[in-house]
Amino acid sequence: MSETTINVTLEVWRQNGPADKGHFETYEARDISTDSSFLEMLDIVNEQLIKEEKVPVTFESDCREGICGTCSLMINGQAHGPNKGQATCQLHMRTFKNGDHITIEPFRAASFPVIKDLAISRAALDSIQHAGGYITVSTGSAPDANLTPVPKEAADVAMDAAACIGCGACVAACPNSAAQLFTSAKINHLNLLPQGQSERWKRVEAMVDTMEDFFGTCTNHGECHEACPKEISLDFIAFMNRDYVKAKIKNRKLAGQK
Amino acid sequence: MTATMDPAAKQTSPRLDSKVPQGDITNLWENHKFSMNLVNPNNKRKFSVIVVGTGLAGASAAATLAELGYKVKAFTFHDSPRRAHSIAAQGGINGAKNYQNDGDSVYRLFYDTVKGGDYRSREANVHRLAEVSVNIIDQATAQGVPFARDYGGLLDNRSFGGAQVSRTFYARGQTGQQLLLGAYSALNRQIENGGVEMHNRKEMLDLVTKDGETAGIITRDLLTGEVESHSAHAVVLATGGYGNVYYLSTNAMMCNATAAWRAHRKGAFFANPCYTQIHPTCIPASADHQSKLTLMSESLRNDGRIWVPTAFDDNRLAADIPEGERDYYLERKYPAFGNLVPRDVASRNAKTVVDEGRGVGPLKNGVFLDFADAIARDGMETIKAKYGNLFDIYANITGEDPYQRPMRIYPATHYTMGGLWVDYHLMTTIPGTYAIGEANFSDHGANRLGASALMQGLADGYFVLPYTIGDHLAGKLGDAPVPTTDPVFQAAEAEVADRTNQWLSINGTESPEHYHRELGKIVWERIGMARDENGLQKAQDEIVSLEEEFKKNVRVMGDNTSMNTELEKVGRVADFFELAKLKARDALVRNESCGGHFRVESQTEEGEALRDDENFKHVAAWEWNGEGVDQTKHEEQLDFEYVKLSQRSYK
Repeated sequence: MSETTINVTLEVWRQNGPADKGHFETYEARDISTDSSFLEMLDIVNEQLIKEEKVPVTFESDCREGICGTCSLMINGQAHGPNKGQATCQLHMRTFKNGDHITIEPFRAASFPVIKDLAISRAALDSIQHAGGYITVSTGSAPDANLTPVPKEAADVAMDAAACIGCGACVAACPNSAAQLFTSAKINHLNLLPQGQSERWKRVEAMVDTMEDFFGTCTNHGECHEACPKEISLDFIAFMNRDYVKAKIKNRKLAGQK
Repeated sequence: MTATMDPAAKQTSPRLDSKVPQGDITNLWENHKFSMNLVNPNNKRKFSVIVVGTGLAGASAAATLAELGYKVKAFTFHDSPRRAHSIAAQGGINGAKNYQNDGDSVYRLFYDTVKGGDYRSREANVHRLAEVSVNIIDQATAQGVPFARDYGGLLDNRSFGGAQVSRTFYARGQTGQQLLLGAYSALNRQIENGGVEMHNRKEMLDLVTKDGETAGIITRDLLTGEVESHSAHAVVLATGGYGNVYYLSTNAMMCNATAAWRAHRKGAFFANPCYTQIHPTCIPASADHQSKLTLMSESLRNDGRIWVPTAFDDNRLAADIPEGERDYYLERKYPAFGNLVPRDVASRNAKTVVDEGRGVGPLKNGVFLDFADAIARDGMETIKAKYGNLFDIYANITGEDPYQRPMRIYPATHYTMGGLWVDYHLMTTIPGTYAIGEANFSDHGANRLGASALMQGLADGYFVLPYTIGDHLAGKLGDAPVPTTDPVFQAAEAEVADRTNQWLSINGTESPEHYHRELGKIVWERIGMARDENGLQKAQDEIVSLEEEFKKNVRVMGDNTSMNTELEKVGRVADFFELAKLKARDALVRNESCGGHFRVESQTEEGEALRDDENFKHVAAWEWNGEGVDQTKHEEQLDFEYVKLSQRSYK
């Protein structure tokens, strides 16, 4: 690793609150080490803005290791930037070349209102989770963990779905601002496990219906998977759709028995 | 500080009643659950509880209290409870299930934890933790946490952090994420059915007390700047540790000590702030712009060999350094344990060789962790299967291929064992205020074992606090919480608003980030892996003078009516300054080495940590005495009836 530095020009979206129209501003990021992360580059730009008595760019990040899902950003039109399977915080400046122009925007979707500059609200994703993203098991009532064997394949696929970090890149990348990839990951994590069967049909109906209150319709572009930092499979959307259709019948039947 | 010389000081302070019940430790908790007061199911709805923080401890507590019927208000400064830093834990969670039939038991987990903590934890708390560890695994599995399984569909375990039994449950390298999603799902159920009133993006900036008892909290809305009062019968702080006092750590960017510190200033004693765990296997900093450090799982030490060149200031590539000119210093010094010595020993030895000038990498700030022998022995595919994802993380961050050249690693701050002092009920010295998870000091002594942080957070939240809080609330039946119109709330709100606005008016020249970074350098240098009297005294002076400059010269841009991350940050940095001063003092008066606290003056001839049980077999709990006045030290003496005191040795 030999440390080199580059200069890049940033076009950054500035928006002073939800009501502001917003605009781009141009900043020069000078002598940026290629070993620094993209967000560290923004830290340096912000330090410079503070030196010049200007208000720094608001953006959100927390763990900076790609697991908390707090960071976002459209970088040159791509959610989380150009590299596959990475969140913005894992993107490093060695991906860019000296003299590059980089456009930085917030994740854009009607259900992700801009709070300020590059920070957005993803509260709609939480609403989907509230609607059914759980298995009803009050503390203390659980049986011994090895009472129910779970086939390794089922546990592994459930884990593939559960790896979703809830960042919302799938929504931002989708031309329809659809949240199918997120919702299907959350549903399948639970619906694929034996523990999740009791509430399987109720869960899928409640979560899909809530999703449709906020987000657009899936038309199978697949952009969500391309943008996903955890590379969640499109198969989960198919599983979800199958369960949703079945649930419409099963839940009605249950209702008829009341 | 000569208090420890006084024989009278070896008594526990009358202010620190640990409330540990008497009796045989193996059924202490069981019996105590029976003797505690209960709140009738119909009366639970009359009690309101505030939970601050929604990591493993906070989310599990909030959900469980709501299931029981209490009225719960939960607060997080994140946009969603699921972002809490518990999510980043990689390795696993211990549970004394003995599913592997290898001789594990509740008693063995208890024993290992007390010994691993270097005899500075409370035996009764640790035994309870080991007991409920089995319930946590059941609970998490029932919630749908996708733990690793073997081909028969039953749960898999691994040995972790040098433990001699396989008791660690794991979900790939994302155990913390999966356990947090489990606790978050339980919380979601309660949010949906109205049991929990969830407040996102609100930061607790003060604890409110009335006549010495808990009244509620003051929060600031991070989107609007609005300052609000919230009252309740009890407040539970689940706000994590103070590792970011070092600036660079494996903690998330927003982790901070403000909620705990504000409680300390309102009367909660702060215990053992000098105890910090420095994790040996992190990726070294690459330059001054570094914002945080990334942990590489400890499991890498199972196959990687740690070495540095024998020559000083050797600039050759690893491949060009012949075998005879390499120093595998852990294998040389500790032939029995080799590269698997405990975290504190591995960390200190890395510091020694780097300080000698034998560090590697462009900044000479790391040591090699070399897999060449393992790849030659087991084949590339085997190593890839075991560590592939970790190698990818490393390659992404450093731009180097660890299959071709050794990794570079260096220790970094990872976890804090100190925190708010709590009794057996997890209550602080303020009646009605509780601290759970990493925010309290209770279970890990001077050093935490691997895979035990997740266990403790969930033990407190799911299985301890929900019982003990009832014992306190039962006595309050019929009492309404202090109304938020009470003068105590009005005064606290005004103080918080003033403090926040005052930062905007200083208009100095340097950012809050600048001062945080400078503070971190002092704390890392002087109160890091090795501490001595001279350095600790210097640290105190240096922190005080930097703090004075910070208060006069910090520049906070933006306003107090919209999202302002600079304004959020400056208050947290201010509290880190105060905590750093106490940390230096605690480290200075604890003139012994124990676990993660290594005093250069107190070591064996072989350079190992040397405890002084005669004088320091106690918890140091500090009482706030007001602005500009030193805190008073109180001691809780520790008894070791079950785990015999012994000197650790890894030769």
